[in-house]
Formats: sequence, structure tokens, C-alpha cells
Amino acid sequence: MSIAKTHQHAHHFQSAEHQFESAKLGLWVFLSTEILMFGGLFVGFFIFHGIYPEMFKEGSTFLDWRLGAVNTVVLLLSSFTIATSVYHAQKGNQKAVVWNLAATIVLGSVFMIIKYIEYSSKIEAGLLPGQMFSYEAAESANLALYFSFYFTMTGLHGLHVLIGMGLMAWVLMRALKGEFGPGYYTPIEGVALFWHLVDLVWIYLFPLLYLVE
Amino acid sequence: MHGAHSHNYLNHEKGLWSWLTTLDHKRIGILYMISVFIFFFIGGIFAMLIRWELFNSGSSDPAMYNQYMTFHGAIMVFMVIIPGIPAFLGNFFLPLQIGAADVAFPRLNLLSWYCLMVGAAVAFFSLFASGADTGWTFYTPYSIQTDTGTIWLVTGAFIMGFSSILTGLNFIVTTHKLRAPGMTFWKMPLFVWSLYSTAILQVLATPVLGITLLLLVAERILGIGIFDPRLGGDPVLFQHFFWFYSHPAVYIMILPAMGIVSELISTYSRKTIFGYKAIALSSVGIAAVSFFVWGHHMFVSGQSEIAGIIFSFITMLVGVPTAIKTFNWVATLYKGSIRFDTPLLYALGFIFLFTIGGVTGIILATIGTNVHFHDTYFVVAHFHYVMVGGTLMAIMGGVYHWFPKMFGRIVDDGMARITFVLIFVGFNVTFFPQFVLGAMGMPRRYADYPVAYEALNKISSIGSWTIGLGFLFALFVIIHALKRGEKAGDNPWGAMTLEWQTSSPPPHENFKKQPVVTAGPYEYR
Repeated sequence: MSIAKTHQHAHHFQSAEHQFESAKLGLWVFLSTEILMFGGLFVGFFIFHGIYPEMFKEGSTFLDWRLGAVNTVVLLLSSFTIATSVYHAQKGNQKAVVWNLAATIVLGSVFMIIKYIEYSSKIEAGLLPGQMFSYEAAESANLALYFSFYFTMTGLHGLHVLIGMGLMAWVLMRALKGEFGPGYYTPIEGVALFWHLVDLVWIYLFPLLYLVE
Repeated sequence: MHGAHSHNYLNHEKGLWSWLTTLDHKRIGILYMISVFIFFFIGGIFAMLIRWELFNSGSSDPAMYNQYMTFHGAIMVFMVIIPGIPAFLGNFFLPLQIGAADVAFPRLNLLSWYCLMVGAAVAFFSLFASGADTGWTFYTPYSIQTDTGTIWLVTGAFIMGFSSILTGLNFIVTTHKLRAPGMTFWKMPLFVWSLYSTAILQVLATPVLGITLLLLVAERILGIGIFDPRLGGDPVLFQHFFWFYSHPAVYIMILPAMGIVSELISTYSRKTIFGYKAIALSSVGIAAVSFFVWGHHMFVSGQSEIAGIIFSFITMLVGVPTAIKTFNWVATLYKGSIRFDTPLLYALGFIFLFTIGGVTGIILATIGTNVHFHDTYFVVAHFHYVMVGGTLMAIMGGVYHWFPKMFGRIVDDGMARITFVLIFVGFNVTFFPQFVLGAMGMPRRYADYPVAYEALNKISSIGSWTIGLGFLFALFVIIHALKRGEKAGDNPWGAMTLEWQTSSPPPHENFKKQPVVTAGPYEYR
């Protein structure tokens, strides 16, 4: 990957390309910490799913798989738009970078709005984690635990979506100032990698939570 | 020697603000040094309070005792031993040893220090919120039920985790991307190898602690029930999660210490390190195995027997790479031109004490004996031999070894030797009786004990004062050296690694000219 000499590199790197490669390695290491963190939750999910298979089955019936599916498509699309944004940054198409970033933010918002609709219906029905659970027609014991996992996992994921959108807004502002081009686009690349991970986590969350049966 | 007016990292900029906003890895290392020393002092006070309470049979205030024990453990683990070597000595010397001008991400490096500071502030806040009394392990269900401010301590530990992750991330990238021309992986100093292995553990294990503590906070505030059997949850899951981090964390504490010992042994016996590759790879080996041994903390927690047997076996495997290191150090000393400077005394102290800590670890890894020794003072003695006898010995050795490089002054060797004698003797007097107490069945973490245990406890408490005295004297020796110490040359020990090729203290940019590596780090003869 060739990098133009327009961007100043920090004193302890030999070249802008050297700095770019280092930043990218750092990002991958960071992503591995994210995977380990979510990994802990997934392990907990599988353990309790193993202990209470019927309860998890019942829990998933309260989720609307159609909303989950729409959100999956929305996130996959957003991964595409941000990848396109990186592509255009490499080619130096300023406008396309901005538009694709904006589209990604919009898609992220759509995801969060749908999540909000889902959350509200659960909260209204009293399908809440642990002690706060107040739904009365539950068939299985400990159904609250399903919603503990549902809210912790999707909540932590939702937090990542929000953080990702914030990062994209920041990158978008810098893109508007014309800071990126074929010579320097590390922040876009970094945010894109992060966003792909957020997408990937959802790809696992969707079948695990919504499609238990 | 460059005289008093030479340009170096200490006088590159002036004023407190320049320190608090510095991006220089050396200055950040010094910031870590000051904070770790302060935390060590506070943690030490709690240790003294523990030994004061245990001096006599009978207890004046068991609730207070639980607080001492909790804060001693939490401070020493999260604020002293974990950041102790990597973030302090590692920050300062990793870039120098590989011939780099800085770590890969200087801003993240500074951020990591602020994470530690904020985390520590939140943790100490619990002192004002009726304290914390769960022990540093925060086991459920008690951590959910206690009406003390334990949750602040948990939150503080969570924030400090980011500090550890950022340091690890920085070191991995720095080691991969910023080595000087000619420095292949097989030409890296062993301290760098050990920091690299440690960094992998910091990056892969800490996030699991993060999510565990986050779940604990949610459990406490929202009652989500994942660790609560009344809601279908499982308290033992917390133990699994906790030790999945905290066992590798033990190696976050000890691996860099082993790296320092490798440096010291080779330098002060003026001999090529014996089995360089074996020592380097055994660091990676220990790091890899450490992820699969956490169950040995839970032999009596209702874990299945077969799981117990597997964990027991894998735990014993840790002994293999550890013994490889120990034998190689001893083989390095053999027929070396040994100089008994203080750093070597600490390195030898490390080998002696760590071997005891390691061998008793094998005893504890054996399921049958573990059941007898479980949660007794035998365990307390074992892990203090590893963490204090190991890690703190190495930190002290490392500080005396690198002091001339960091501050351009020589530590008074006569006084430094006295610190070693006080700490080494005091340590054994404190903790060896605890092996015996444990074998006699004295449980750990209790504020009180029957009169039969009193004599050995008195010896142990007297030993602890000797250690305390030793460390206070060590502080004095360091301050004395800072003010009055003779000017050090660039390479007072005649060592071969790159940090000794630049001036003392190093200039802001580390090396006046980019070093090019042609030889290995220990080619003495």
C-alpha cells in the first residue's frame, strides 16, 4: 500500500507507512480485547443455555425475529457502506467518503431505533433482567435470567454501536475538512475495522438470542 | 559522562505541567514509578495493620481487619505488582532496549497512566464509603450482599484494567514494529521477551476481568442474577470468570520479573546467558499454559473431579518452563566472573525465594494435598513467596540495576546491601512460619486464631516489621542517591544491551544516532 508524503509522521516512526502499519496492528490487538470481552458473555450464555434449554427457548419466543432480521440486514449494509468509504479514501474521492460515512451513521441510527422499539416493548411487558422481572405468565422458572443475558449482551453491543457512531461523526468532520486522502486515511480504516467487529458480534447475537428453536 | 548541564529527558522540559502532559515513555515510566511507590507504601501500611492485629490471639475489631486485608490485597495486586514492572521499568526500558525512540502509541501510554490514576481514585473512594471487606477476589455472593462500599473498589479495578490493556497493546506493537535495524526477535534482550509475553496476557486476559467486574457491578446495582442462585444464576461462574483473568494475572506479575533476573544474572556474571532461546520461549510457554490452569483455585468449589484432575495436571506443567529458566540462570552463573553487586544479590534472592514459592505451588496443585492446605496460611505463604519473594525482589534488583541509567547517579552499594539483608531476612521470618501455620491448619483471612498458633504468628509479625524497615531504608537509599549519589557513567556495569549505549540519563530522543544491532544482547564472552 503506497502512502503519499503529505501526512506528517511522528518522530519515532521512519515513515508515514510505518506509522500506518503500526496503527493497524494496534487496532487488531484492540479488537482481540473486544472479542475476549464479549467472549466472556458468550461463554456465560452457553453455560446457562446448557443448564436451562427450555427456559431459553421460551425466552426467545418473546423476541420478534423479524425485527432482529431487519437489524441484521441494516448492520450488514452499514458494513458495506463504511468499507466503500475506506475504498474511496484510498482513491481520493472526497465526496464519496463523506456520503458513505453519513450513510453508515444513518444505518447505525436505524439499528438503534429498532433496538429502542424492541426494548420498550420488553420493558412494558415486564420482561426485564433478574430482580426487575415482573412478567407473570412465564412458564419456565428463572426466565428472568434469559432477559439478563438479552439486555446485557444487546446493551453492551448497543453501547458499541453508539460509540462507533460517535467515532464516525468525528471522522466525518475531519473528512469534511479534507484531512484524508490516499496518503492518509488511518482513522477511517480504524473506525471501519471497529465497525466490522460491532457488525460481527451482532451476526452471532442474532441467531443465539432470536433463533433459539 | 556528560556533566551536569547535559541535555537529557529530565531537563528537556520543566515544570509539573510538562510531566503531567508528557508523551515521553521515560517520563511516563517515572510517573508510574512515583505512583507505584506511593501505592506500595499505602498497601504496606495495611500489611502492617494485618500483622499488628495478628500479633496476639484474640481480635479487637474483626470488621476492621477484613478491611485491612481487602485493601492490602487489592492495592498490592491491582496498583503495585501488575503495573510495577511492565508500566514502570518496562515503559522506561523496552524502547531503549530495542533501540526505538518511543513506544508505538505515546498518547495511549499517557492515557494508561491516567486510567490507573482515575481507577485508583475510584478504588480509594470506597474507603470513604464504609470501606470494602470482601478480599481482593470479590467473591459472590458476599460481594453482592455486603453493605460496605466494595462496589467502588470493583469499579476502580475495572478502570485500572484499561491501563493494563493499553500498556500491553502498546508493548506488542512496539516490539513488532519499532525494533532497531538488525535487531531480530532472536537478538532481543530477555527482558523484552518477557514483557512481550506479559503484554499478550494483559491484552487477552484483562478484558475477561473487565466483563466479569462489569457483571458484578450490574449484579450489585440492578440484580441481574447471573451470579445469584436465587434467580437461577451461579456464584461459581464468578469464580471461573475471575480466575480466568486472575491466574494469568499471576504471570503478568512474575514474567517480567523473570526477565529482569535474566538481565541481572548475565550482566553480573559477565557471561553469555545460558540457553537464551529456551529462556525466551519458556516465557511464551508460561504465558500460553497460564490460560488453562485457573481451575486449580477451585478444587473445593464444587468443580467436577475430572476437571480438577485436568487442571491439576496442566498446573504442574507450568513447573516445566519455570524450571527451565531457573536451571538456565544457575548454569549462567557457573564459571562466570561474578560481581556481587546489589542487583545480583536481589536476583539470587529471587531464585532462592521463587524456587520455594514454585515448589510449594506444585504441592498446592496436587489435588489431595490441596484439600488439606486449601485456604490456609500455606497458600498465603506460597503466593507471597512468588509475588514478594519473586516480583518485588526483581523490582528492587531492577531499580538498583537501572538507577544509574534513569537518573545518572550511582546508588551507594553498601547501604543498598543492607536493604537486601533486611528485606530478605525479614521476608523469610515473616512468611516461612506461615507455611508451618498453614500445615497446622490455620485458615487464612481470619482476624483471630487459637492460642496454639500464637508463637509463630508473633515471629511472623516481627518479620513483617523487618521488611517494612528494609523498604523504608530502601526509599531513603534511593532519595540519598538522587540527591548525593556520585555521577554515573553511561555504562557503569559494562552491560551489553542497548540502553547502556546511550548517555545517562538518556536524551529526550533516546539515541543521538539510530543504533544498528549486529550482535546479541549478552555476548560477554
